[in-house]
Amino acid sequence: MSTVTVEASHLTRIYGGREAVSDVSFNLSKGEVLGFLGPNGAGKSTTMKMITGNLAPSAGSIKICGIDMIENPKEAKALIGYLPETPPLYRELTVDEYLAVAARLHGVKGAQVKKSIERAKERCGLTEMSKRLIENLSKGYQQRVGIAQAIIHNPMVVILDEPTVGLDPIQIRDIRALIKELGGEHSVILSTHILPEVEMVCDHVQIIHLGKLVFSGGIDVLKQQRRGNKLLVGLNNPPASEALLAIEGVIAVEQLSPGLLRVRYNEGQSPAEALVQAAVSNGWGLHQINHDQTSLEDVFVQLTYQEAAE
Amino acid sequence: MIFNIVRKELKSLFSSPMGWVILALLQFVFGTFFLIGVDQYFQTMSGAMRPEQRIGITAFVGQNVFGIASFVMLFAVPLLSMRLISEERRQQTLTFLFSAPLSITEIVIGKFLGLVGFLSIVIVFMAAMVSSMNLWTNVDFGYILSNVLGLWLLVASFSALGIYVSSLTHQPVVAGIITFVALFALLILDHFLAGDPTSTMAYLSLMRHFEPFSRGLMDTKDFAYFILFIITFLTLTIRRLDADRLRG
Repeated sequence: MSTVTVEASHLTRIYGGREAVSDVSFNLSKGEVLGFLGPNGAGKSTTMKMITGNLAPSAGSIKICGIDMIENPKEAKALIGYLPETPPLYRELTVDEYLAVAARLHGVKGAQVKKSIERAKERCGLTEMSKRLIENLSKGYQQRVGIAQAIIHNPMVVILDEPTVGLDPIQIRDIRALIKELGGEHSVILSTHILPEVEMVCDHVQIIHLGKLVFSGGIDVLKQQRRGNKLLVGLNNPPASEALLAIEGVIAVEQLSPGLLRVRYNEGQSPAEALVQAAVSNGWGLHQINHDQTSLEDVFVQLTYQEAAE
Repeated sequence: MIFNIVRKELKSLFSSPMGWVILALLQFVFGTFFLIGVDQYFQTMSGAMRPEQRIGITAFVGQNVFGIASFVMLFAVPLLSMRLISEERRQQTLTFLFSAPLSITEIVIGKFLGLVGFLSIVIVFMAAMVSSMNLWTNVDFGYILSNVLGLWLLVASFSALGIYVSSLTHQPVVAGIITFVALFALLILDHFLAGDPTSTMAYLSLMRHFEPFSRGLMDTKDFAYFILFIITFLTLTIRRLDADRLRG
């Protein structure tokens, strides 16, 4: 299934002469989860506002399932569920009342309203909170109501702006599971600055910095970049580095601390097995061997920094 | 779709004490004036010797009730209209409406009809109150209809201006005060310019167009004035909200 649900081309938004978002283009297919990453003020929220029709782009176009957002905003908006940065909640209403309003405004027909409320509540773990005033709910539950509101009409595209802010770790896990589940039948775009989250739930990642896309690709590419071709080896009696370089595939050895070495190897020629054998037969005292992962933070900083240096 | 917005507005009005308190207070005020009107009618009319000084009970009580209504609404409408858009702006719930498959026109008209619908409840109660005199005497229904219609148009105009002012600011209280001052100025405009009855400015006064209705006279030009007034301010509101989307 590769039906394109979101098609953004050359989106540009100018605020008082400054380009908040410039020339952002991407496509999203059905069933994909797209993660939007970027430092504060990079233009994530602005881009999302443009996709949802809350803000008119200065240039460029957005198509939702082939419907142009600028020419046919009503039809396009009907296909989107959107949770903005601050959940848009009417605090004086109860959860049920609020969700009923949301369902009706999104064109859910009379008889279906009750059913869709039940389903959204169940998905977001709100069943116990039906009769509570939104005002009296904790921040985490309010956030869930916000998500429930975005998925109530079963939209093709769900857009979540920092959905896990203010939630406790268990709720975060639930919400992530929900996002993954949504990704099955809908397309999901979410923005965040929690990097591990992206790795856990997203298929595609886009990193936006100073209004420009600096990285766009599958999560595998990012993971690859992160893993690199490095091994972290802990030896109690480390030999001279020549002995290690003799092992097939090893191209460089670097001493990190006494007894801890970083071994670089050629792509696709992992020397791990040979290294363990050598260590055993020569009595190097191997106590640790692991992939040396650059943290996602490092990759992120690298990508945003590179752009700034250019 | 407009109906859904109307429904939502009425729901928020009735889910806070605000709606109920205002309904109760208005009803109390109008009820009191109705009572005073009925009470004084016999005293006043028995004192009026000459037959041409005598007026019907509908006109007498109606003047009492509908006369005070236009003045009381001057306070009530800004209190209700001030929150319509500014509060949504402040709570960031406007995004909720903008993301829904609705045009801005539908949102604004829905909000307007919601408020007018709420105020209509008050007007219906007033009309029922005055008509209840029909149980004991013959009431001039034409006179009541004209007054109700006039009051309704006046209140709708107040609401349209109130919504526009509310769309300009983030602070409901600021919106309320500005609406009140603007409405007050529009109402008493013809008092300031009483010396010059042909003045164009005096013609803009809301009171001047309400006054024929309260005498039982329904004139097309007054209808046109109120309708144009409402359309103007609703259009301005739509344009103001559209600017949010365009300029951010």
